[in-house]
Amino acid sequence: MTTTAPAGTTAPAHQPPSDTTAAPRRRLSLTGGGGLFVLPFLVFFGLFLVWPVVQGIWMSLTDASLSLRDTEFVGFANYTEAFGDPDVWSSLGNTVFFTVISCVPLVLVALAMALLVHSGLAGQWVWRLAYFAPYLLPVTVVTLIWTWLYQPDIGLGNQLLTSLGMEPVGWLSDESVAMWSVAALTVWWTVGFNFLLYLAALQSLPVTYDEAAALDGAGAWRRLWSVTLPQLRHTTVLVAMLQVLASLKVFDQIYILTKGGPNGSTRPILEYVYDVGFTGYRLGYASAVSYVFFAIVIVISVVQLRFFRQEG
Amino acid sequence: MSAVSTPVRRPRRPRPEQPGSPLLLGHGRLPRVLAGTALTVFAAAWLLPLLWAVATSVQSEQDVMKSGLSPFKGAFTLSAYRQILDRGNVPTWAFNSVLTAALVTALTVAVSTLAAYGFSRGTFRGRRTLLALTVAAIMVPPQLLIVPLFEQMTMFHLVDTYAAVILPQVVAPMMVFILKRFFDGIPRELEDAARIDGASELRVFWSIVLPLSRPIVSAVAIFVFIGAWNNFMWPFIVTNDPDLMTLPVGLATVKDAYGIQYAQSMASALLAALPLIVMFLLFQRRIVNSVATTGLGGT
Repeated sequence: MTTTAPAGTTAPAHQPPSDTTAAPRRRLSLTGGGGLFVLPFLVFFGLFLVWPVVQGIWMSLTDASLSLRDTEFVGFANYTEAFGDPDVWSSLGNTVFFTVISCVPLVLVALAMALLVHSGLAGQWVWRLAYFAPYLLPVTVVTLIWTWLYQPDIGLGNQLLTSLGMEPVGWLSDESVAMWSVAALTVWWTVGFNFLLYLAALQSLPVTYDEAAALDGAGAWRRLWSVTLPQLRHTTVLVAMLQVLASLKVFDQIYILTKGGPNGSTRPILEYVYDVGFTGYRLGYASAVSYVFFAIVIVISVVQLRFFRQEG
Repeated sequence: MSAVSTPVRRPRRPRPEQPGSPLLLGHGRLPRVLAGTALTVFAAAWLLPLLWAVATSVQSEQDVMKSGLSPFKGAFTLSAYRQILDRGNVPTWAFNSVLTAALVTALTVAVSTLAAYGFSRGTFRGRRTLLALTVAAIMVPPQLLIVPLFEQMTMFHLVDTYAAVILPQVVAPMMVFILKRFFDGIPRELEDAARIDGASELRVFWSIVLPLSRPIVSAVAIFVFIGAWNNFMWPFIVTNDPDLMTLPVGLATVKDAYGIQYAQSMASALLAALPLIVMFLLFQRRIVNSVATTGLGGT
């Protein structure tokens, strides 16, 4: 405000100790030093993130239900029940299976698409639109379209198979096929985002290494393998990590497409949480199951971080 | 948004396409043909479901049910679209979708840019702790919060209101983090000059930092909008009144009620998809570039 203001309010880069010299009083002060800027966010953050997280932990220790009132504290009973619940394990298994069969193509297909588009052939915007457009569709639209493609009698899938002289497939009704059908839909729907991440990475790569290798007589494959792909390693790590976390949280498309059927074969853990909480009215137990799941997600991301750090 | 006018002002580049790396394919003819074929096969596979849906939506329900590999089995008709629009729900849902997505975007961008600026330039006590909390919150899957959030909405008597759909979506720790990283990279000398001239912090933020951050702010806005427009689980849980449903939620109920009406299903699906497809066509380059600017891409 006045000419003396900058010294006090800004440029912590020039005087980093300002924060620590005042250390004795560790009180939160949001009114000074730009704290007011953060305040609106903190209100939303506290109300709609911190509170529900804490409340969820509390609920998971009670027998809270949608039918309301006289909630009782039950300690870790919900958690012990969850560990002995075969439905938790089978839906967790489904989630992991889906994650494996969806993540591999979601990374590899995206990489292939980006490399092809980046190779500089004409018509870039057409390819970009074709690959990215499905990502823009709401989940209901995607599932409507694919329910139609998977329709047993006159859907495109079975029409193609029968025209090739093959047996029709129960895309969504056959227990051994249904999860693959869901994964195919998911790859089609979301690969565009990974494709964009790869494309952006490719466009920011320096061409000098590529040129140097070309001058040294390296062929196209050789340069792809020894120059371009290694340069993309960080992007691949990022894409793979984001993708694993996203796939573990699958719910929407499965809920609309199959409601977890046939016979529970496509029910992911989050749908089990939904079923228990909102159809079975056991909010306390649903919270416990979702925190078990959250713990697993954290463990998986830590393991991933470790693994990729060693690789890189 | 000012984003509309920007592409006009920017002079057209002489190169019609982003060049990519011609080196990648070498100079031979064969790799080009192979790459072109692969591109086309992928594009065909990715567009086929959409084209199939379009063809289905412009036929009568009877024609759709005929067997045969051709996607187009009968006479062209817009009756499916007419029936949907007559039923009246789709325009309501579209309005709800536009309203909630726009409000979520406006609120999120406002709250997040302010917070990111505070975290980047502020010296208030507890700044580091709060920033660490925000970053940690990126890990929390939103689905984890559904049950307690629903309880909270019941407590506040907000179930079946626009507020219930909108407010919880405004918390976007990832966006705050992305914006903060961008603000950190803006040189402070510019701001210090303004401060010496007596500008308030809000003024510095509004007149200096925000204009410099146009690309990142519009990138964040685009991603928040896509996310809000396509959000299914939360609006699905918190709205029961058909008049308050968004398009994705409403369409899911149509599918349950009229599951067999494929022409109508496809027509309503395409109506719901149209706004974002148009938006993508308008902002295509910006969307692609934004991935790079958010720092998600790159090496």
